Amino acid sequence: MKAHIHVTLKNGVLDPQGKAVEHALESLGFDGVDNVRQGKFIELNLTETDPDKAEAKANDMCEKLLANTVIENYSVEII
Amino acid sequence: MKAAVIVFPGSNCDRDIQVSLRKSMGDEPLMVWHGDSSFDYVDLIAIPGGFSYGDYLRAGAMAAKSPVMREIIARANKGVPVLGICNGFQILTESGMLPGALMRNAALKYVCRDINLRVEANNTAFTQGYNVGDVLRIPIAHHDGNYYADADTLSELEDYNRVAFRYTDASGNQAVDANPNGSQNDIAGILNKNRNVLGMMPHPERLADAELGGEDGKRMFDGLVAALG
Repeated sequence: MKAHIHVTLKNGVLDPQGKAVEHALESLGFDGVDNVRQGKFIELNLTETDPDKAEAKANDMCEKLLANTVIENYSVEII
Repeated sequence: MKAAVIVFPGSNCDRDIQVSLRKSMGDEPLMVWHGDSSFDYVDLIAIPGGFSYGDYLRAGAMAAKSPVMREIIARANKGVPVLGICNGFQILTESGMLPGALMRNAALKYVCRDINLRVEANNTAFTQGYNVGDVLRIPIAHHDGNYYADADTLSELEDYNRVAFRYTDASGNQAVDANPNGSQNDIAGILNKNRNVLGMMPHPERLADAELGGEDGKRMFDGLVAALG
């Protein structure tokens, strides 16, 4: 199975990189852009065949390493 | 006093700390490779600056999970002093030994220059060589030193005098311009609840010799030797 993991900064945590991207988009003439947030996308293969177990495993990976839960949220999609 | 300096792949301030400790201790610190899960008893563990594991994923994230860190956490819980400088501070927050996180500098730039620091707490082994209110000149060199913690954590740090150092101007006054990275409350270094773990972004080991232009950092290492024998 494949896991698609998104790691994003929590609401309320300032994202200077997102802000810089937002300003760059504005300066390119893209108006109406707001609240740009930059995050990470991690893809990995799992030998596990049970989707629930695969999801539990990926969640555990996020808690222990892939996300810093002090500042980041994560979401896991098993496909 | 016996001390250990932890070496990760990508550490680059390990030898600076080794030299600083050697000068203050008059003895050779133990250099411990990250893969070692056990090492001799020591009175102080120093986690140096650098780019452990290339700062992959997040600065300090991989090092925080290495075998040697399990041993360091166990010893810190028993009261052994642990000093983390720069990447060492990032490793301490990533491992949960200190609260909060070190995010990308607010201006998104790597900053490498001398800054001023005000000593906020000297009732610790690390800072007893200073007086509260002393203004030090110490170099910083980092891209991810922007200290962040939620409001409850920040109040706890402030209420229990767990902020050890704050960025200030040369007169010791806090100012927006004197904060090099956007850290909340101008925080440059914090202590754990038991005050035996200190994490700080500035590099005292880089200004611990008159020949390098200053000795403000040396007082930390001399103070540690005085406190820990």
